[in-house]
Amino acid sequence: MKLIRFFAIGFSALFLSANAIADEVRVGLKSEPSSIDPHYHNLGPNNAFATQIFSSLVGSDENQQHYPDLAVSWKPINDTTWEFKLRKGVKWHDGSSFTADDVIFTVERAQNVPNSPSSFVTYLKGKNFEKVDSHTIHIKTEKPYPLMPNDMTTVKIISSKAGKGASTEDYNSGKATIGTGPYKFVEWVPGDRIVLEANPNYFGDKAQYDRVIFKPIKAGPARISALLAGDVDFIDNVPPLDVARLKKESDIELSSGSSNRVIYLHMDQFREASPHITAKDGGPIKNPLMDVRVRKAISHAINRDAIVARVMEGIAVPAGQLLPKGFHGVSNKMKPLKYDPELSKKLLAEAGYPNGFKMTIHGPNDRYINDAKVAEALAQMFNRIGIEASVETMTKAVYFKRASRGGPNKSPEFSFMVLGWGAGSGEASSPLKALLHTYDKSKGLGAANRGRHSDAKVDQLIQKALATVDSDARGRLLAEATEKAVGENFGVIPVHYQVNTWASKKGYKYIPRTDERTIVMGLKKN
Amino acid sequence: MTSYIFKRSLQSLLVLVIMSLIVFSGVNLVGDPVDMLVNPEADQMEIERVIKDLGLDKPITEQYWYFVTNAFQGDLGRSFIFGEPALKLIVQRMPATIELALFSLFIAIIFGIPLGMYAGLKPNTRVSRTIMASSILGFSMPTFWVGILLIMFFAVYLGWLPSTGRGELGSFMGVQSSLFTLDGLSHVFLPAFNLALFKMSSIIRLTRAGTREIILQDYITFARSKGISETRVVMVHVLRNILIPIVTVIGLEFGSLIAFSTVTETVFAWPGMGKLIIDSIYNLDRPVIVAYLLIIVTFFVFLNLFVDILYSILDPRVRVKETRE
Amino acid sequence: MTGNFKRISDFWTDFSANKIALISLLIFFAIVFVAVFAPIVSPTNPYDLSSVDIMDSRLPPGSTNYSGQIFLLGTDGAGRDMLSSIFYGLRVSLGVGALSGVIALTIGSFFGVSAAFFRGKYETIVMRIVDIQLSFPSILVALIIIAAFGKGIEKTMIALILVQWAYYARTARASALVEMNKEYIDAARCLAFGNTRIMFKHILPNCLAPLIVVGTLQTAHAISLEATLSFLGLGLPVTEPSLGLLIGNGFEYMYSGDFWISIFPGVALLITVGSINLVGDHLRDMFNPRLH
Repeated sequence: MKLIRFFAIGFSALFLSANAIADEVRVGLKSEPSSIDPHYHNLGPNNAFATQIFSSLVGSDENQQHYPDLAVSWKPINDTTWEFKLRKGVKWHDGSSFTADDVIFTVERAQNVPNSPSSFVTYLKGKNFEKVDSHTIHIKTEKPYPLMPNDMTTVKIISSKAGKGASTEDYNSGKATIGTGPYKFVEWVPGDRIVLEANPNYFGDKAQYDRVIFKPIKAGPARISALLAGDVDFIDNVPPLDVARLKKESDIELSSGSSNRVIYLHMDQFREASPHITAKDGGPIKNPLMDVRVRKAISHAINRDAIVARVMEGIAVPAGQLLPKGFHGVSNKMKPLKYDPELSKKLLAEAGYPNGFKMTIHGPNDRYINDAKVAEALAQMFNRIGIEASVETMTKAVYFKRASRGGPNKSPEFSFMVLGWGAGSGEASSPLKALLHTYDKSKGLGAANRGRHSDAKVDQLIQKALATVDSDARGRLLAEATEKAVGENFGVIPVHYQVNTWASKKGYKYIPRTDERTIVMGLKKN
Repeated sequence: MTSYIFKRSLQSLLVLVIMSLIVFSGVNLVGDPVDMLVNPEADQMEIERVIKDLGLDKPITEQYWYFVTNAFQGDLGRSFIFGEPALKLIVQRMPATIELALFSLFIAIIFGIPLGMYAGLKPNTRVSRTIMASSILGFSMPTFWVGILLIMFFAVYLGWLPSTGRGELGSFMGVQSSLFTLDGLSHVFLPAFNLALFKMSSIIRLTRAGTREIILQDYITFARSKGISETRVVMVHVLRNILIPIVTVIGLEFGSLIAFSTVTETVFAWPGMGKLIIDSIYNLDRPVIVAYLLIIVTFFVFLNLFVDILYSILDPRVRVKETRE
Repeated sequence: MTGNFKRISDFWTDFSANKIALISLLIFFAIVFVAVFAPIVSPTNPYDLSSVDIMDSRLPPGSTNYSGQIFLLGTDGAGRDMLSSIFYGLRVSLGVGALSGVIALTIGSFFGVSAAFFRGKYETIVMRIVDIQLSFPSILVALIIIAAFGKGIEKTMIALILVQWAYYARTARASALVEMNKEYIDAARCLAFGNTRIMFKHILPNCLAPLIVVGTLQTAHAISLEATLSFLGLGLPVTEPSLGLLIGNGFEYMYSGDFWISIFPGVALLITVGSINLVGDHLRDMFNPRLH
């Protein structure tokens, strides 16, 4: 036994010293990207990973504030045209120079990736890209488009030379993986590791590490044990209940930051007979969720502080609207609703449901932090005010399908849903447009409005905001829309804002990001 | 003999076809991956484009037909999640699983056979009874639970061994495997040991049962009465005769190890095929699910065929019985 | 019937000679009792949402909450009493295991006995199917069913039944074949008893001994398999937590030091499966003619 230990220590020492020589860092990731091709799948882990190898026109920092990336400046030169001036002297990983041709090539390619499960067409549709000169681009739209810079943070620019005729497989193998980012692609062994190395010619802040090895470790406990055992130097997605323990470890550093994601509840507001709501005895009942007093009662029945303290172990922020303070379009009149079960019971009686009713809460069990537990806690709280609530959770693949289209005529199947929304664009127009605007398939509005909340005034405010280029004016309109849709109508009930935690070995510190992404450029070494 | 092989091969083919039908039709009835794959900020038209692109709107019979015709050309479909050919994904991860299973088998045999023989030769001693009771315990403990305990104790508490993942690869005679490097061995040890525990128990019990039966046989009594030393009796006569049933069982055990590795791979984040199938079931990545099941069923069918043939070669009684029939 | 036990008392004397098996049997009975009477024996009803309080979550074993409720084995992340959860979980695990076992036994012995009785092509086909199925590891069969048809209690049951019936069929057939050669079968035929009657009133009862042996071991295996599936998230739904699901839920708490959420259900599972296995093992030894 002693001999084994001796060898084990000996070899780890060797390994450690090798580590120091090459300045290598090992990262334990919860979600492995499904592809290295930056346009294959518009998915969180893929987009986050691509940021390290590729750049976009506009950069989005840890607070989702914009900064110049491949574009040094941008402005609307008329109502329907934006002008982007591109950075000069940028070199691709293969040595060739970056020009406007690469942007034009990218835009064309990103909309035509074969078999893409979810493409970037969403951000590029209706936009006409024109090359003005080697370092100037014009983007034309039919109507004024204030969120152009936001959209330009999403699509990663690829090389017209290396990317010519390249398929997704070529990006996965490294053949076409030429970017302008701080790190170069070395190899990907799916399920095992992804390796990057520093790009000495990067135009921005020099890469801190010579080599980065990403190890996908999906299970929370496994990731934690890898960090504790020293197999990795840095991990993301620390489960809240492990935070307390890690805090006690003297050689582990934690960083946490609130995100752009709100956990909220959607309620069936369009059907008189809701499929998962019955009277206490099991008989039919007029859908109570259609009455705003019932929705208000439910919101007051939620002890948000208890959820934050017990379910989220203090690693969350109680929510009163769709985005936390600091984001654009947030109302300063709205606070998290007070926990008042007595008021809830009174409101229920007023609305005509003094004995409550039976309801099933549906939620995912593998999408948001502690999602199933939140649903269970909510059920407990509703039971206290007379609503006999039960919980059914399922895997995200099945949940989202049923929640959106599982009912008759492809309508939403559930009555009461636990959901989350991360505002990719960094402002309230994102959740308002998708969750609270009246469902309009042709216009792409209300795409995730599973409760079918509908209010003409709210719609009007949202549409006006989407066309208002002046930032302040837009912010005010968005705040007003939120106050009406959430504060007055209880179109959705916000529960809490997610807080993400990262953990690293002593000597490393991660700058937390509101977009929840894990990128190695945010990991600073002391 | 050849007619036997021919008949069995036909049966195997039938099994494959039936299995592919079951899985293919079944998988299509459960949820569809679109909502999971499409970015929630996308609009209706985007969702429809994705459905069309992945061929999810065609009738099932058509989808199955394309699948079969492509399968004969070696194309088992493309993963919805990774965009890569399903076959490639599985083959990429196969070496890791096989490594794990082989090493597990090795551990199980090295410990299992000697312990089982001892328990069989001296069935009523304290040691022997302890071995048997522990083997039943080993058999009854849920693999995943033991895995968690192993990680907690050896990796986190003692820090002797790494807790997750696969180690460095080394080459030997043109074959790449993490078993050829010390780093690799340190990574594979815990998961292999975890997997082996379950199998070790059955090998111990089998060896013991076999030993007990053989000891009572006439030829052992005869050997002893001839004055042959006990050691020789055990090592030559008993061992050789035990090996016949054990060797054939080991073939099947190996297959079983590959199947059970799904659990161990999940707990230890070992990048093998097992982890891929579990993830694919969660993500409703149909092409990968169907491809994996087909490949593994094919593997089993051939494994069984091989074991049957091996058994008939090794055990003269089977051959005699066959010629009589 | 192999083993030649003429009376139950003979059987019992031989069985209880092995102290370990005896203790295991007693433990097993205790477990069954607890499982059947869970609602009465448990200190709380862990699934009554109006009595469970999130503020009680993750209390260590032996704590009490403000209303004086004592949590002998601690509470889990939602505030449920672990001891009660384990009792209810035993109920589900044993229920699913036993029910699937009984159904598999019925189906398996039906096919096994009839195969031995009718012989010929019918027997060949049935036994071929049995052989093919037995050549696949149980977890693979279960995965195929779950992958094809999804999760849920019915599909888990189907998977468990499918995994077990073949063992029963094979054992039943082997036993039945032995019986077929005996004189009383010829006598029954001479008396022109109907086939069904002969098969199920005469042959089957004499095959019970090996079937019981297989039954115990298979039931243990089924319980273990269900736990594994539930742990992987592919088994029973959250509303009917079995021990496997409890362990799975507790998995994430291991590192934060709340070991009791995962360890105790694991121990409960171990004791359950272990006791059944020990009993079955001893029974098998008792009935094995080659050892006497």
